[in-house]
This record gives sequence, structure tokens and C-alpha cells, in this order.
Amino acid sequence: MSRFLLIVAREIRLAFRQGGGAGLALAFFVLAAVLFPLGVGPEPNMLSRIAGGVVFVTALLATMLSLERLFQADFEDGSLDLLALSPLPLEFVVLGKCVANWLLAGLPLLIAAPMLAILFHMNTEGLPALIAAMLLATPTLSLVGSIGAALTVGARRGGVLLSLLVLPLYVPVLIFAVGAVDAVLQDFTAQPQLLALSGLLLAALALAPWAAAGALRQALE
Amino acid sequence: MHRFANPARFLRMSAVILPWSAVSAALFIAAGLYFSLFASPPDYQQGETVRIMYVHVPAAWMALSVYTMIAAASGIALVWKHPLAHIAAKAAAPIGAGFTFIALVTGSLWGKPMWGTWWVWDARLTSVLILFFLYLGHMALMNAFEDSSRGERAAAILALVGFVNVPIIKFSVDWWNTLHQPASILRLGGPTIDQHMLVPLFLMAIGFTVYFVPVLILRMRAELVARKVRIARMARVHAAPDVLRAAPGGTA
Repeated sequence: MSRFLLIVAREIRLAFRQGGGAGLALAFFVLAAVLFPLGVGPEPNMLSRIAGGVVFVTALLATMLSLERLFQADFEDGSLDLLALSPLPLEFVVLGKCVANWLLAGLPLLIAAPMLAILFHMNTEGLPALIAAMLLATPTLSLVGSIGAALTVGARRGGVLLSLLVLPLYVPVLIFAVGAVDAVLQDFTAQPQLLALSGLLLAALALAPWAAAGALRQALE
Repeated sequence: MHRFANPARFLRMSAVILPWSAVSAALFIAAGLYFSLFASPPDYQQGETVRIMYVHVPAAWMALSVYTMIAAASGIALVWKHPLAHIAAKAAAPIGAGFTFIALVTGSLWGKPMWGTWWVWDARLTSVLILFFLYLGHMALMNAFEDSSRGERAAAILALVGFVNVPIIKFSVDWWNTLHQPASILRLGGPTIDQHMLVPLFLMAIGFTVYFVPVLILRMRAELVARKVRIARMARVHAAPDVLRAAPGGTA
């Protein structure tokens, strides 16, 4: 457990020392969302209608951008080899990196999302559902994305490839997250969608580190 | 299974299977086309557009079966290091992507007169579109590395991860109440479509499946030959005198 926490702490320390990593995802999230009112027009009705979708689509893209360097930097400077040789199973290394990625990229998005929703004139009744859905969706995005990041380690044009691999796998998360917000706004309960999101999170928690560690072992072979 | 792992034995066996499977695929598809275009009745509601179904449904079945086959081959390749399994997965991916594309396009052509729209975002259509992107991702990842064996292994893991989409596609029409009609052939209680329409549908389905065999064999043989060429070229570079080796992009 202490080794696991060391990995998490190392990632966070690295991100802060190198600077930018976490803040950039947040800046991208806000900036991309701000483009929508300029693109589709500023009518409040239209904006409140698309608020949930815009928040989740841009959050999904921002998470994906933060994933590109998840293993690549360690692969290039050789520390990935050392992590693979450490007594901590590679699965837990992946999990630790996902936790750190979520704390650095997912959590700021979670905090910024309600403010963006208010900028988009979303009905405040939908905010608890939006926060709950973000809370369940962003860790799933980090976990599923770690598979794509591990598969593209050392690839040519890894960034573009990562989006092609990861975005199709993100679709269920997007559908249920937006569905939860829409359900509340239409006076239904968001419980089924939130339960489905919890199921996705648990499945990703159990399977994604395993698949990503398998992919990393192939990369280091 | 390792009996068939020897590429030389595969080349010998596939040379025998290739012409037979190619001829029978042509016969089945020809018979299926005759029945579906001429010898079957138009639907009482859909009219002549029902004939699109005879291409659409087998193509969609193949899209799923080929992905399942790729996932199985990838699992075999990762677990047993079967030398031909990676080649089979690599050879099958573009074929499967082609079937998926045909299913999407024919469905769209049928949807315009029947549903009044080219496309709806229902569960079945969306999940098949995702399948198409999974095929593209698989093909891109396969070719993304300098070291081709690394690409093969990465693509194999992706194929296994993406397999979660296959049951979602299959049961999407049952889990969600969607515009796409539920299963009417492979269901409990027998098919719900008329026998005269089942004949061309099954002929086409068998034809599409048999068609997959020679195309897969051809692509696998081409891949094996390409590897031989690569190895021969590398051997020539290593055997060449130093003068040639010093010049980059020389005879090799």
C-alpha cells in the first residue's frame, strides 16, 4: 500500500515540478466549452439545452489530452523499466498513475464543470446530477484511457492514434453521463444512469489496470 | 492447435482450400443474388426495398463474426504465441471493416425510404459505428510501430478490450427500445420472417461467410510472402560488401 501511495505521490510531484500538466487540461476544458456559445449562438434556451452534452464532451476530450504523456515520458527516460522491475505489481503501478491522473486532471474538471453549466444557463436542479455523473465518469475515463495510453507507448503519432483508440471506448460513459443530467432536467430520476455509470467505473477499475499493464509489458519486451 | 502453427503447412493446406472456397463462395453468392433479386417476393409493406436486407443482414453478421474471430485469434496469439494468429488477425481486420462499412451504407440506403432518414442515433446504429472505429483503430495500431511485432501485440490487446462492444451490439435491440427492429431470425421461438425470404437470406449469409475464407487466406499468404521478402532483403544487406552498406538506401 505504501508503495502504491509512493507512485501516486511521485506522479503528483512530477506534475507540479514540470508544471502545466494539470492546469492545461483544465484550461482546455474551459476554453473548448467557451467556443460553443460562440459557435452555436448565445441564446439561453439553446445553451441550456446543450449544456450537459458540451460539458461532458469537452471533459472527455480534456481527459484524453492529459493521458498522452501518462506512460510515454517514463518510457522515454527509462523509468518505466524500473517501475516494471519494482516489487509492486505493474497493475498497481498503472492504478497509481490513474489515481494521480484523476487527481490532477479529473478533479479540476469536476470542480469547474458546475461553473461551466451555470455559464450555459443550465437549470440549477441538474447540478447535483451533473456533479455526481462527473464524479463517476471522470475516473472511468482515466482508467479506460490508460489502456489506450499504454497501447500507444512508443508509437509514431501516438497522440492522434490514442484518440482513435480511446474515443470509441468512451462512448458508453458519455451516453450515461449526459443521460443522467437530461433525466433530472426532464423531472425523472437519474438513478438508473448513475447506477450504470457506477457499474462502468467498477468494471474499469477491475479490468483496465490489468489490460494496461499487459500492454505495457508488451511495450517493454 | 500447434499442428497448424507451421507456416509452411499452412501455405500447403491453404493452397488446397483456396480454389474450392473461392468457387463455392461465388456459387453461393450467385444463387443468393438470383433468389434475392428475382425469385423472392417483395414485402407487403417495404416493397422492393426489402431486397437491401439480403446484403445488409449478412454483412452485419459478418461484421460481428469477423471481430469475434479477430478477438479469438488475438487471445490465442497472446496466450500461446501462435505464429499464425497475429497474421490472421492482421489479415482479417480490413475485411471486417469492409463488411461493417457495407452494413452501415446499406442500412442507410434502406433507412431513407423506410424511416425517412439516412441515419438515426439509436443504440444499434451507434454501436455498429463504434465497431467500425474499433476496426480502424486496430488497423492503425497494427501499423503504428517501427517494430511490427510490437504493433501486432498492441493490436491484439486492443481487439480483446474492444470485444466488450460485440455483445452490446448483439443485444442493443433488446436492451434499448430503438428504431432498429429486434432480432427476427436467430430468436427463441423461431424466425418471424417468411420462408421465401429466408432462402435468399441464408444463401447470402453462407455466401458471405464462405467468401471470407479465400479472402482471408489470400491476405494471410500475402503477409507471409511479404515477411519472407523483408527477411531476404535484410539478409542481403548483411551479406553485402561494406561499400554497399555504407550507402543508405542502396540496393537494399
